[in-house]
Amino acid sequence: MADEEDDIILSELPDDELTLQMHDDLYDGLKEEIEEAVGILLERGWTPYDILTKALVAGMTVVGNDFRDGILFVPEVLLAANAMKGGMAILKPLLVETGAPRMGKMVIGTVKGDIHDIGKNLVSMMMEGAGFEVLDLGINNSVDAYLEALESEQPDILGMSALLTTTMPYMKVVIDTLIEQGKRDDYIVLVGGAPLNEEFGKAIGADAYCRDAAVAVETAKEFVARKHNQMATG
Amino acid sequence: MAERVKLNDSTLTTDGLTLPSVDARVLLLACGALAHEILALIRVNGWSHLSLTCLPAILHNHPDRIPDAVEAAVLKHRADYDAVFVVYADCGTGGQLKTVCDRLGVGMVEGPHCYSFFEGNDAFAERGEVTSFFLTDFLVKQFDAFVWKPLGLDRHPDLRDMYFGNYETLVYQAQTDDPALTAKAQDCAARLGLKFERRFTGYGDLETTLRAVAKD
Repeated sequence: MADEEDDIILSELPDDELTLQMHDDLYDGLKEEIEEAVGILLERGWTPYDILTKALVAGMTVVGNDFRDGILFVPEVLLAANAMKGGMAILKPLLVETGAPRMGKMVIGTVKGDIHDIGKNLVSMMMEGAGFEVLDLGINNSVDAYLEALESEQPDILGMSALLTTTMPYMKVVIDTLIEQGKRDDYIVLVGGAPLNEEFGKAIGADAYCRDAAVAVETAKEFVARKHNQMATG
Repeated sequence: MAERVKLNDSTLTTDGLTLPSVDARVLLLACGALAHEILALIRVNGWSHLSLTCLPAILHNHPDRIPDAVEAAVLKHRADYDAVFVVYADCGTGGQLKTVCDRLGVGMVEGPHCYSFFEGNDAFAERGEVTSFFLTDFLVKQFDAFVWKPLGLDRHPDLRDMYFGNYETLVYQAQTDDPALTAKAQDCAARLGLKFERRFTGYGDLETTLRAVAKD
């Protein structure tokens, strides 16, 4: 713990140092500091989109990379996510008002029989941070719940998550139903969860397995860009 | 093997267990979390031809490491016995442990995990409980080592609801009748903010499985 005299006064930092400090504060899971810094940048005239991408998403990407490399563990990632959530809560309504760029739309949910949502929530948040509109169906979703949401929302991407080896095969049930109904090619299907791997993703007919939230964002961007290119040339 | 072996739960968690194989013909290669139950079954049934080696129980928290650990242990010990039987169920390996056991030509326990085979695989599947968090005798005793500390709840108790907010009940699957353990399990439920249910399972399918192994 720093002494009082060493405490950093966020409002006294220039923009570049403040953004770096926000990366550190996200890393340390300091929600109140993140909320304060978001407020300071807004007062200084930053657009909500710039705060989101340059301060929050960039900081969370560092967190994601260190999680992938075994430097950070789940509790620390959750604290960072919680801090980012605080910042997002301030920015979200402003992003709508200011017409921030939209990358695409995603419907996401944890599969039937599974109530684990930590990874899914991180993906939702990072996708929103990257400019995607996300409809989060929550946990324990039947094939009908997915199909209904796909029908009503017409998203670019369907995301499915599972933590249990006993529930992950349900992803194939959803994909097979889409194939049966001739709708499989209408959506980019991304899957993730601790017990999954690339081989499983391929075996069930998903477009990609995403190891973590940062990979999910990059993969989603890549597939959406590819889809748009196909539409442009098709 | 018939005499009572003194077990240390912390050692079972981090190091596992190796017993001397006095005249034993079959090695049970098990998860350290099952040592108490397996030794009790060997003792009461007089299965002196069975010996036991346990891998560290904490592998439970890293299922991706179980197949390699089991394979290494089978290769290390198999020359000393007529047969090896792996006392793990799938345990979160997504079929990879079965692939390893099939390749090595050794048997393993049926079912997805110990919660299922203690209750009986059919009965567990029948219940289809989604919002229950399970603990066995061993996991109640080692709750801090398996749940509280690895999830960082000792340092950040405020994360509790992010982990357990979707659960409703802590089901204590009791292998033995021990009021002190029941009280501890009840305390675990309170710490996680969950309702509590005690369900006596005894040894369930573990007993029937080992009975068949002992007979072969």
